[in-house]
Parts: sequence; C-alpha cells; structure tokens
Amino acid sequence: MAGDALIELRGVNKHYGALHVLQDIDLTVGRGEVVVVIGPSGGGKSTLCRAINRLETVESGTITLDGRPLPEEGRALAQLRAEVGMVFQSFNLFAHKTVLANVMLAPIKVRKTKRDEAARRARELLDRVGLANQADKYPAQLSGGQQQRVAIARALAMEPKALLFDEPTSALDPEMINEVLEVMRQLARDGMTMVVVTHEMGFARSAANRVVFMADGRIVEDRTPEDFFTAPRSERAKDFLSKILKH
Amino acid sequence: MNVLLDNLSLYGEGLLGTVELTVYSSLLALALGFLMAAFRVAPVGSLRAIGTVWVNVLRNTPLTLLFFAVVLGLPRFGLVLPFKLFAVLALGCYTSAFICEAVRSGINTVPTGQGEAARSLGMSFPQTLGDIVLPQAFRSVIPPIGSTLIALAKNSAIAGAFSVVELLGVYKPLSEMGYSIIWTFVWIAVGYLLVTLTISAIFHVLEKHYGAAR
Repeated sequence: MAGDALIELRGVNKHYGALHVLQDIDLTVGRGEVVVVIGPSGGGKSTLCRAINRLETVESGTITLDGRPLPEEGRALAQLRAEVGMVFQSFNLFAHKTVLANVMLAPIKVRKTKRDEAARRARELLDRVGLANQADKYPAQLSGGQQQRVAIARALAMEPKALLFDEPTSALDPEMINEVLEVMRQLARDGMTMVVVTHEMGFARSAANRVVFMADGRIVEDRTPEDFFTAPRSERAKDFLSKILKH
Repeated sequence: MNVLLDNLSLYGEGLLGTVELTVYSSLLALALGFLMAAFRVAPVGSLRAIGTVWVNVLRNTPLTLLFFAVVLGLPRFGLVLPFKLFAVLALGCYTSAFICEAVRSGINTVPTGQGEAARSLGMSFPQTLGDIVLPQAFRSVIPPIGSTLIALAKNSAIAGAFSVVELLGVYKPLSEMGYSIIWTFVWIAVGYLLVTLTISAIFHVLEKHYGAAR
C-alpha cells in the first residue's frame, strides 16, 4: 500500500430524502493506490465517488484532498476539481465539439495552456488511448468504448492527481469493455491514484490494491482483492459474491 | 387603393418606426433574456431570485400597463427620456422575460452530464454555461425565440398610443384625410407582414445553419 493519504473521507453522511445513502463513511486512499468500490445497486457507490469532487454535496463529515478540505462552491472548488479527473458511466463527452476539442478544452480554459501546446498534448493522450486517428470526429460518430477512452484522455489532459471512475464500463457493449479496462490497467500500472466504482470483478482482482465493498450506504469491507474474493467476512458480501460469480 | 402610393412617405416613416422599435427592443430583450436565463440557473441563490422575480413580474404584467409604468413612472424618479426610448425599454424588458424562459427551456434540453463533465474538469460556472451548455441549448431555442420576436414586432403597435411614430399609428392621419379605412389597414397589415416574415426568414436561416451541428 502506498504511503501518504491523497483522498480522505471522515464521518461522511448524506441523505436522499428518507434514504440514508452515505452512513458515516471513513475512507482513505493513498497516493498511487487503486481502490475499487463494489457492491449492490443503490448502495451508495456512485454517490461516494461523486462526493469526492463535490458533484454531490454531503451533509456532515469532512472530505480532504491532498490535505485540503473540499471548498464550497466557487473558484476554489473549480481549482480543486481540476486536480481530480472524473470519468462517467455515460461518457459525457461534449457533443458539439470534436474529439480533439474535447480533450483540449479544459487545459485551454482552466489552465490557460497555449492552443498549439494543448493540441499537441491532446494528440499525445489520444494516441495513448489508441484513438489518434479519430481526433477530428464528433463523439456521436464513435463507439461507446471509443467515447469512454476519449473521456479518459480528456480527464488526463488536466494532469490530475487522482481519477474517479463512476461505473465506466456499465453503459458499454460487452466487447467494448476490455478496451476501456485495458486503458485503466495501464493507468494503474503507471501509478495513477484511482477510485473505481465498477461491477468488473476481473478488473478488481487484477488491478486494485484494495476492494471496498459498500451496501446500504455503509462500507462493509475494505480489504485486499485477494482476501475479499477468496474469504469475504460479512454475510452481505458473501451473498453478493455468490450472486455475481455464479453465472 | 391609392392610399399607399399617395402617402408613401407616411407609410415609410411608420414602417421605419416599427422596424426601429423591433430591432432595438429585440437586442435589449435578447441581452437581458440570456442574462436572466443565466441568473436563473446560477449556483448563487440571490442571482436565481433576481431572475425569478424579473420573469414573474414582467411576464405577468399586461404590456400596456408596463408602458404606463415606464412612461409615467420613470419621470417621477427623474428619468426623462424620449418616448421612443421609453418604448424600447418597456418592449425590451417585457419580451426579455419570454426570451429568458425560452433559453431556460433550451438549457433544460442539454443533458445534466454535460455540465457535470465541464465542472469536473474545473471549469467555472460562466465557462460551463458559455462553452458547453448554451451552444448546445442554442439549437433548440431558435424557434421559440423567433416566435417571441415576432410577437414583439406586433406588440410594438402599443407604442403608437404613447406618441411614438410606428406603423399602426399611420391610420390616424389617413382616416382624418378621408381615405378608405379598409385599404388603410390592408397596407398597414402588409407592412407588419414585411417585418414579421423577415424575422421568420432570419430564424429559418439560423435554424438551418445551427440545426446541422453534431
């Protein structure tokens, strides 16, 4: 496990109406660590992931990034978000911009990078995710797997300290899942700090340093993949694993 | 039948007045409408409140009443302007409420994920709105904005009652001169058609141009 803490959640709570979707969440993600969050739907996984860059507000508790607490809405929050990349289930590529423009936009607007420098870097990143030849297409002209790889390149363009993945392969056809997971595995090997909400148990086994099992708004288990998959402690996790590993 | 040819300059002045009122009020309405729409979706509560009050007050006030308020009200606060400028203010502010709501409904057609993605990259609210959301909303707001501006052109007739030279007001001197009231109004109607059909044509072109993106 890597040394110092990059992302730290302490006693985080959130409700959606009567539903207590995050209950006293404590979680530490070390620099360079890959944490996979798994669990049944509605268990709070996505909310947890989105709370880390404050796309969801929390009611109590603290979230710190690199030692700094999450700021309120405003310039400071925008700055902090620039340092944490996010990859969404539905890709969310900017539909009116080309692939290249999608990747270049935030560096130009937020980091004030020069246009040609941003373009050069964007092409490098597209090359890294295997899409250099698609730079001038619009998102709708790409397959889901390709769109998600562009979304990863777009997040990487900000040179983030950490990447959050909110079910990055759940909206993909089965044959496209692997191309995205392969890019994510490569990022993990390169030492990127990652929080990955996913149902891909293969990825959890092969790429994660830790598996966090969430159910009913709580973290039920937080262990190495090896331990978790071979000998889950809680009934809830045993039940979950028996359901998904059977077929 | 000769009412038009005999009084070409009178009709011309009226048409020019209506066109001027329409153009200036449209520009004001568009500027204020987009600004208020931005306010209404802003993360700052006080801006949202300003936008909401703006829309509710102006959209729910009869336009004639608004004209009275501007023409009779503002001078009481020491603001004395030419009637034409008062008319532009009243028409522009009134129409801006409708533009605002058209823009806002356009903003609502853009999936929330687009804004979330922009925010997650560290873009500010103005950048998210200006670079991501509005360009995508623009396509779907072109038709309702066109209709709103056509309504504005026709509403400008009210200004005639407040000593502003515009097309409808042309009937007064002409009927005094004894011309057939029917033909007088036929040519007035043709004048309005010129204005409104021009607006339609402009928005048709805009729709063709921007509707193709993506």
